[in-house]
Amino acid sequence: MRTESPLLSTQDLKVYFYGRDKISRAVDGVSYNIHAGETVCLVGESGCGKTVSALSALGLIPSPPGKIVGGRIIFKGKDILALDDAAMQKIRGKQISMIFQEPLTSLNPVFTIGDQIGEAISTHEMIGPDALDNRCVQLLKDMGMPSPEQRLKDYPHQLSGGQRQRVMIAMALACNPDLIIADEPTTALDVTVQAQILNLLKSVQERASMSILYITHDLGVVSGIADRVYVMYAGLIVEEGNTRQVFGNAVHPYTRGLLASLPDREKRGQRLHNIPGTVPNPAYKPEGCPFHPRCSHVVKECKSVLPDMIDLDEGHRTRCPVMV
Amino acid sequence: MMEEPLTETPEILDGPQAPKQSRFVERFQLFNQNRLALVGLVIFLAFFITAVAGVVLTSGHDPVFNPAQVRLQEKLLPPFSRPNLETLKAHEAPTLGIYLLGTDDLGRDVFARMLQGAWVSLTVGFVAVGIAVIVGIFMGGLAGYYGQGGICYDQILSVLLFLSGVIFFLLGWVKLGCGLFGVGIFSFILSLTARGAKSNHFMPGWLRKTAFSFDTLIMRMVDIMLCFPSFFLILTVVALLPASIYNIMIVIGLTSWMGTTRFVRAEFLSLREQDFVSAAKALGVGNFRIIFRHMMPNAIAPVLVSSTIGIATAILTEAGLSFLGFGVPPPYATWGNILSDGKRFIFDAPWLTFIPGVAILIVVLCFNLFGEGLKDALNPKLRQE
Amino acid sequence: MFSFIGRSMVQKTITLFFVSVVSFLIIHLAPGEPSQIDPMNPKFTPEMVERFQKEFHLDEPLYVQYVYFYRDLFTGKIVSWKDNQSVLSKIWERFLNSLPLFIVGTLLTWTLSFPVGIRSAIHRGGIYDRSATFFSYFLISIPGFFFAYILIILVVRVFHVPVIGMETFGMGDAPWPNLFMDRIWHLLIPSLLGATGGIAVLSRYVRSQMLEVEGQDYVRTARAKGLPPDQVHYKHALRNALLPFVTMFGLILPGLIGGSVIIESIFSWPGMGRMAYEAILARDYPIILTVNFVSAVLVLAGTFISDLLYLAVDPRIRL
Repeated sequence: MRTESPLLSTQDLKVYFYGRDKISRAVDGVSYNIHAGETVCLVGESGCGKTVSALSALGLIPSPPGKIVGGRIIFKGKDILALDDAAMQKIRGKQISMIFQEPLTSLNPVFTIGDQIGEAISTHEMIGPDALDNRCVQLLKDMGMPSPEQRLKDYPHQLSGGQRQRVMIAMALACNPDLIIADEPTTALDVTVQAQILNLLKSVQERASMSILYITHDLGVVSGIADRVYVMYAGLIVEEGNTRQVFGNAVHPYTRGLLASLPDREKRGQRLHNIPGTVPNPAYKPEGCPFHPRCSHVVKECKSVLPDMIDLDEGHRTRCPVMV
Repeated sequence: MMEEPLTETPEILDGPQAPKQSRFVERFQLFNQNRLALVGLVIFLAFFITAVAGVVLTSGHDPVFNPAQVRLQEKLLPPFSRPNLETLKAHEAPTLGIYLLGTDDLGRDVFARMLQGAWVSLTVGFVAVGIAVIVGIFMGGLAGYYGQGGICYDQILSVLLFLSGVIFFLLGWVKLGCGLFGVGIFSFILSLTARGAKSNHFMPGWLRKTAFSFDTLIMRMVDIMLCFPSFFLILTVVALLPASIYNIMIVIGLTSWMGTTRFVRAEFLSLREQDFVSAAKALGVGNFRIIFRHMMPNAIAPVLVSSTIGIATAILTEAGLSFLGFGVPPPYATWGNILSDGKRFIFDAPWLTFIPGVAILIVVLCFNLFGEGLKDALNPKLRQE
Repeated sequence: MFSFIGRSMVQKTITLFFVSVVSFLIIHLAPGEPSQIDPMNPKFTPEMVERFQKEFHLDEPLYVQYVYFYRDLFTGKIVSWKDNQSVLSKIWERFLNSLPLFIVGTLLTWTLSFPVGIRSAIHRGGIYDRSATFFSYFLISIPGFFFAYILIILVVRVFHVPVIGMETFGMGDAPWPNLFMDRIWHLLIPSLLGATGGIAVLSRYVRSQMLEVEGQDYVRTARAKGLPPDQVHYKHALRNALLPFVTMFGLILPGLIGGSVIIESIFSWPGMGRMAYEAILARDYPIILTVNFVSAVLVLAGTFISDLLYLAVDPRIRL
């Protein structure tokens, strides 16, 4: 486990969404750390709050109905939740960038690619038009786009899904940020394209020694790129550790269930494992441990007491006292 | 590692769920949130009750409130004025002992006329919109569902033959008429059997081609209607026809079906491609049943919204027509009537314009607010999680 | 691109043809005779009636009349039945009267709706939004002439300025600044009336478009790039929200021939609307049909221009 202070440290973050007669507790006390040059994966099924916690880091939670109710996010020593919007603008795109899931709808359809990438740069730096053009071309070249000069004049709808995602990554990297948050960047793409994008991210990271916060529900991806893994369920972290610990030595029943559900050549011919039941609605969470209705190791305390994180190995923690 | 999965039923394994609500209740609650829309609904109901009460209280031989009683000696009295009982016969005195809203230039009780007018204005609005909606749903549904189905040349030919046969018959050329009529029917039946048949059919191939689709036909009709500026068209037709309340309702209805048609067609076009229709077809459900039971409820929402706003527009249009002298003729009183009659006395008796004017304003405003609230409540995009 | 224009023009011409037929039928199938040749009217001797009928081919079958009518229209020879003046010159004259009303009204509508709608959307739910919403509903619900009378009474009592008609009677020799001001005063309220309804509707539409666009993913991306809020709203969101309005621009065209009958009646403004109204009363068929025809041409031309504008503005549509 690394001992220097982390680049980004989320501490006990709570984000709630206020509806007309219910409160949706999307993120309910989440803490994670990202160190410089590290790739951290936030894993969980849809609805567990991973996107919301990432958007909070950039202050992009829509403010009615959402509200950051508690916690801190310390970035380079400062609590960025306490910053006003003008100060956050200087961080967005320049020190922390984000890549979104749907590249088609995330790019503005009426502006050219060149406009949009150029904007990412010119917002944060004073730069002349020729130098700007060159930077954009270079960025696209780095992304492995064929004929980058031509691509700059294209509109988003003229590109393929994989190309659009490369453009998004180029926009995110334009100002050499310290941290990139990637929110399921390959979910909307074909599997072959997925592999290319992952390799691209990896090589970019090595070259620029950036940190990546990679959000996904795909365990296969996680095993390929992550240094550290945080498993989320119902707005809480239920297990954390480095890749070897989580994949080889999972403790929490949810993590174990996820891993067991992966199809495996050795299990060929047997029924696929599944975790019975469904993910709880964030507004109507069960008492105690949120996983207890679906857990096969449930005991009486699980139904009333929400456990804290328990240290196991170095850096390996889990939220299940029963399995420890 | 993991044991065998538990076999308990899923309900026990799920934690607390959101309370189940029927779709209607959910939408109703959404609607409730919109305060203005609620106010609109409440006032609309009040208007409705007033109209019904009005028709009951002012019709018949000896009504409770008499809107037609002329009292020339009592004309142009302001609201809340007392009748001069010496000059009135017993049955001429106003019911409540005072003229609640004053009298007009013929001494008629404005309150009674407003009561009577409420029902008429309401009727004009509802019937006109009713006609528009029925025509619109029919046209839009046809265009949306049978869209690609075409009218073929041979069918057109058959219909022409058939029609000309009828005309010749009526004009006196009996034999020619019957002959053409017969040929027309025969070729129509032939064209029906020619549907989907390969070559080698009696009907030559080039006649079986599609001339244009239902969709095109109906949309062209909509385009043609849209070329006429609507108020002019209504004015033209109403001016040329004898004045009658039915004519007005029918004309307003027949000139405002285009919007509904577009909505219904758009909904049908999108719904037709959806999976549940394919599923129903795969199960062998007939076309009609698909349209009415499955697609119509979905398409109703925008129609409902545009209807409420349409009623408001119809009431305003009737007021406008009255202003120009083409409104509902006497003896019917409508609020538009009363308003335009009052314009001659705007400085001497301003209440004659203000009372109906404000009344129309409030009612139309309520319809509009109600319609907008309905639109927001029925809009799936705005639904909360 | 050119095939699109070609196809479009053919379609529109066919529609125009059908419109001409339908309007012709509507007029002629209505019961009653044009007042000029009403046999019941004691003013007309039978010889006059007969001469009139021959002159205007009224005794011939409908489709023949149709051909005569449109031949006259296209050669500019068509005359009004009421006073025998050329229809086209009458229309032109009234059109010039209606034009300032139309221009001022449209300008007011389009320049005021956008700021109001955009601001309402950006500060959704705030005081500005709620009052703007309330006013919009109020303005579209009030009966037109009722509102007109209220405004007239207000202006006359407060400003002591005459507002009826196009200009004050007897001002002919006054110095031109006074004349100019007079014209402005007379122009103001009618155009304001015409504009208020339009502003109410258009600003709501602008607002709803802006709201829809603001919820899109690419606006979130723009914010995530660190763009200041002005750029997010006015560069990224607005440019997309405006797309449908560019096309609406083309549809202003039909308004040229519109001219609200009601407003012109109240203000005694000698415009197109009044002329059409008087024509309807007098059953002056040539004028009614010509106005109808011109209006249809404008509607079709307007939609055509809208289509072209849409092509030019939205990069996703290229033929």
